[in-house]
Amino acid sequence: MVEFLRFRDDEVSESPAVTVDAFGEQSNAGAVRIEPGDDARELLPHLAHITRVEVNFPVFGDGRGYSAARILREAGYEGEIRAVGDVAVDQIAYMRRCGFDAFEPEKAMNEADVKTALERWENVYQKTVDGRAPIWALRHGSADA
Amino acid sequence: MYKYDNYDQQMVDTRVEEFRDQTRRRLSGELSEEKFRPLRLMNGLYLQLHAYMLRVAVPYGTLSGAQMKALGDIADKYDRGYGHFTTRQNIQYNWIKLEDAPDILADLAKVEMHAIQTSGNCIRNISSDHFAGAAADELVDPRPYAELLRQWSSFHPEFSYLPRKFKIAVIAADTDRAAMRLHDIGIQIVKNDAGEIGCAFYVGGGMGRTPMVAPLIREFVPLDDLITYSEACVRVYNRNGRRDNKYKARIKILVHEMGKDEYTRQVEEEFAHLKSQGIEPPLAELERIKPYFADPAFKTGLSDKIDRTDPDFALWVDRNTVTHKAPGYVSAVISLKPVGGIPGDASADQIRLMGELATEYSFDECRVTHTQNIVLPHVEKARLKDLFDVLDANGLSSPNLDTIEDIIACPGLDYCSLANARSIPVAQKISKRFAGSGKTAELGELKLKISGCINACGHHHAGHIGILGVDRKGVENYQLLLGGSEAEDTSLGKITGPGFSEDGIVDAVEKAADVYIANREDGERFLDTYRRIGMDPFKEAIYG
Repeated sequence: MVEFLRFRDDEVSESPAVTVDAFGEQSNAGAVRIEPGDDARELLPHLAHITRVEVNFPVFGDGRGYSAARILREAGYEGEIRAVGDVAVDQIAYMRRCGFDAFEPEKAMNEADVKTALERWENVYQKTVDGRAPIWALRHGSADA
Repeated sequence: MYKYDNYDQQMVDTRVEEFRDQTRRRLSGELSEEKFRPLRLMNGLYLQLHAYMLRVAVPYGTLSGAQMKALGDIADKYDRGYGHFTTRQNIQYNWIKLEDAPDILADLAKVEMHAIQTSGNCIRNISSDHFAGAAADELVDPRPYAELLRQWSSFHPEFSYLPRKFKIAVIAADTDRAAMRLHDIGIQIVKNDAGEIGCAFYVGGGMGRTPMVAPLIREFVPLDDLITYSEACVRVYNRNGRRDNKYKARIKILVHEMGKDEYTRQVEEEFAHLKSQGIEPPLAELERIKPYFADPAFKTGLSDKIDRTDPDFALWVDRNTVTHKAPGYVSAVISLKPVGGIPGDASADQIRLMGELATEYSFDECRVTHTQNIVLPHVEKARLKDLFDVLDANGLSSPNLDTIEDIIACPGLDYCSLANARSIPVAQKISKRFAGSGKTAELGELKLKISGCINACGHHHAGHIGILGVDRKGVENYQLLLGGSEAEDTSLGKITGPGFSEDGIVDAVEKAADVYIANREDGERFLDTYRRIGMDPFKEAIYG
C-alpha cells in the first residue's frame, strides 16, 4: 500500500507547514498549507523561499486545490506541492497535470492501482503545467508546445 | 460531421478501460459508493428510482446514421427497447445494469461516441443549434467551435470537481434555437465591425430553482483566444463559486452575488495572466476541424415545388419542415411527441429507422433538438413525400412541431429520484385534450414545458406556458407559469397563483389558451398576447 508518493529527487522537507494567514505574518516559514478557501496568489511574492506547499482536500469533491496548485506552477514555483487529505487513486492523474508532485492521502492507496492510474493516459487534450504536449500540438507538429 | 482521429479514438477507448476498472473495484467492494458516485456520474451513470440510468453524449446534437442505429441497438441489447432523448440533446437509457455499463461504453466507442461528463460537477456536453449547417440565417456553422470546446473540456484536469455542473452552448445566428442565454456560458459567434469572426460571451444563465438570464460579459473574444477566455471564466468560478450550499453553487449565483462587473474584472485579469501560458490551440486546429462540417454536396437546380395533394402530408410539411439555406431542400423535424405519448421517447426500431432515414434522405446526418425531437437537416423537397410515408407508417409523423402538443417534459417521478411530481402523465393528458378538441391548430406556436421538480430539467421557466410539479403535503401539485421564452427574446415565466391537481392543471392550461384566443390580435402568438395584455386577464379566467 502507498502511504506517501513523491516525484522529486530533492530531500523531503520536514518543516511544519503554517497556514496561509500565519504565513502572512511570518513569511520566513518554509512550508505552507493551503485550505480550499485560501487564495494561493497571496503566496506569489514569497515563492523563492518556500520549499513545500501542502494543499489540503478535506473532501475530494472540493476542487479548488487543483486551481491553487496550477496557479503556483504558472507563477514559476518549483518547490514541492503535496496533496493531503481526502485524496484517492482516482484523482491523482489530474492532480499531476495540475502540478502536484507529492501525495500524502488519508487512506493508503493500492500500489498497482496507482501505477495504472498514472500510466493510463498516453495523451492529453489540454496544455497545463506538467510539460506534456497536448493532442493539438501533436497534430500540428509542435511536440514541445 | 466530425470524425475521430487516432488521438480522439484513443482517448475514448482509454476512458472505457478506466471505467471498466472503476466498476470492477466498485463491484468487488474496494471502492465505496460514496467514492464511486462522482466517477460514475462523470461517465453519465445515475442511480435512479428503479435502476441505473445511462446518459450518452450527443456532442452539439449531431449524429450520423450509423451512430443513431447503434443507439437503437443499445436500447434493445441493454435496456427495455426504448431510448429517451433529452433537453440537452443527449439520449438516456432508464433500465441499465451497473455491470453492463462498461460494455455499453465500449459499444459506443466503436461508433465514436461516449458518455463522458454527461453528469457530475464538471463541464457537460456542449450544446448547439440543431439547424447548424442548414439554417439560412447563420453566420457560420457553430459546430467547429463546439468541437474545439468539447476537446478542451474533456478530461479537464482542473475543472473536474467544480462547485456544480457546468453547461456551455454555442450558436452562430441571431435567432437562438439553443436557449443560449440560459446556460452557464453561452457563446454566440459574431462578426465585428472589422469583419472578423469572434465570440460574444454570456455568463451566468441557468434555470433550476433560481432562473437567470446570462448577462453579456464580453462582446468580442477573438477566435484565437476562445479556449483561453473560457478557461479564465471557469477558473474564476472554480475558485470563487459557493460550495457551502449546492443550491447556490451554480455560476449564475456567483455572477449575481459578485456582480457582473466584478466577475468580468476577475475574468479579464485571469485571462491576461493565462495569455502568457500558451494554452490556446493554434488556429490551425480550428481549420483542421472545420472541413468536417463543410456543406454536403447539395444538388443544384432543384425545384422548390412540393405536391400537396395529400392533406395529411401538406399539414406535416407546413408544421414540421423548416427553411433551408440551399434551394430545393428543407430541414424536416421528426416529432417524438405523438398524442398521448411520452415526450422524447422512441423505440429501438424507431431509433434505428431514423438512423436509416438520415443516411437515405439527409446526407447521413441527423440531429437531436433540445425540444426532444429529431431533425433530418438536409432533405430534398422532391423526396419529402416518400420520407413522410415511411415516417407515417412507423408512428413518427405527428404534425405538431412548436404547437401545444410539442411538449418538453422531464422524466419526472416516474423515473427520477429527484422529482416531486410526475411530468409524463400531465404531458399525455394535455396533448390528448388539445388534439381531441382540435384547438392545436388554432393556437399556432405555443411552447409548453413541464418539470417534475424545481431543478427545471423540463425548462418550465422558459415555456410560453410552464408547469412545475411540486409536492404539497405528500400530494402532487402543479404550478402554472406564463410568459417564458428560451429564444432570442429570452424571458422567465411568472407563476399565476396557487397550484392545481393533475386534472386541474390541464383545465387551467385550456383556460389560459382560451384567454389568448379571445384576446389575440392579428398575427400574435400566445406569448405576444400575454406580453401585451399581462397576467391579469389570465388569472381572472383561471381562478375567477
